[in-house]
Amino acid sequence: MLDRIYDLYDELEQRRVMLSFKGDLSEELVSALLGLVERKMSILEPDARMRKRVFNVAMECLQNLYHHNTRLELADAEGSATNIPHGVVMIMHHDKGYSVLTGNFVADKDVHLLKDHLDRINAMAPEELRGFYQQTLANGRYTNSGGGGLGIIDIARKSGQKLEYGFVPFDTENAFFSLNVNVTN
Amino acid sequence: MEALILEGTPKTPHVHFDAATGRLELKGRSIPENSIDYYKPLITWVDRYAREPRPSTVLHIQLEYFNTSSSKCILDLFKKLEIVRTAGNEVVVNWHYEEDDEDMLEAGEDYQAIINIPFKMIQIEEVDGH
Repeated sequence: MLDRIYDLYDELEQRRVMLSFKGDLSEELVSALLGLVERKMSILEPDARMRKRVFNVAMECLQNLYHHNTRLELADAEGSATNIPHGVVMIMHHDKGYSVLTGNFVADKDVHLLKDHLDRINAMAPEELRGFYQQTLANGRYTNSGGGGLGIIDIARKSGQKLEYGFVPFDTENAFFSLNVNVTN
Repeated sequence: MEALILEGTPKTPHVHFDAATGRLELKGRSIPENSIDYYKPLITWVDRYAREPRPSTVLHIQLEYFNTSSSKCILDLFKKLEIVRTAGNEVVVNWHYEEDDEDMLEAGEDYQAIINIPFKMIQIEEVDGH
């Protein structure tokens, strides 16, 4: 592993990764990461609108990681979900803008719903997406995380592009969900 | 009825709800992980205020960032004020947004589209000093 450290550093450097984190998330850590995003963006990005969009997307993505940690523990006979938020987040800078990448575990039984939600959002033009946001906001329902399903819609609106995502089977109960959100001018 | 005053933090807004003047202020950032818990006292306050409101109420919203879990809670505040307005009182939302922050202007318009309260969109200079 020792000889891999430089390779890892080099890859992060080459890919212009301005932030990367993998592990358990706490409220304090989410705050610290957002503070870091904000400081870096204030140095890197002269355009206020871009700065805010990247911060917004990072904030919603971290919120998703924090709240959606439904990995089922196989060790637990009842298959209950772990309650420690866990995941990976990376923010990359590139010539056209920024990419916010996240990864977390999702229980297999929830994959279908999440995929449908993402596909539905990806099929919408910006004005439709805005209508869907308003309709979801107005329906008055709350979800566990409090956002009532607005998070990904908001991320898509701020990105202005199709959301790239994938699911990789992890074990018999869970999949690993990856999301790449591009924020460009 | 006592005013509700909460200091702002990096994740929660500065709150100043004054029943004596009918001026309600929400300023700064609203990005807590658990918005429902944070907004509970605000909604309770407005609920009580709605029973004996001033003839004119102005809600000033000046947010730099708010997360989607706060957006539902903010909608609940608006809904309480919608009741005040339906009862025959004047209610206005002054929605402040920084110049060039079209997203925040749009966010105000999104509320305007679903809430029956007049909104005044007010452009302000960038406050964070960049």
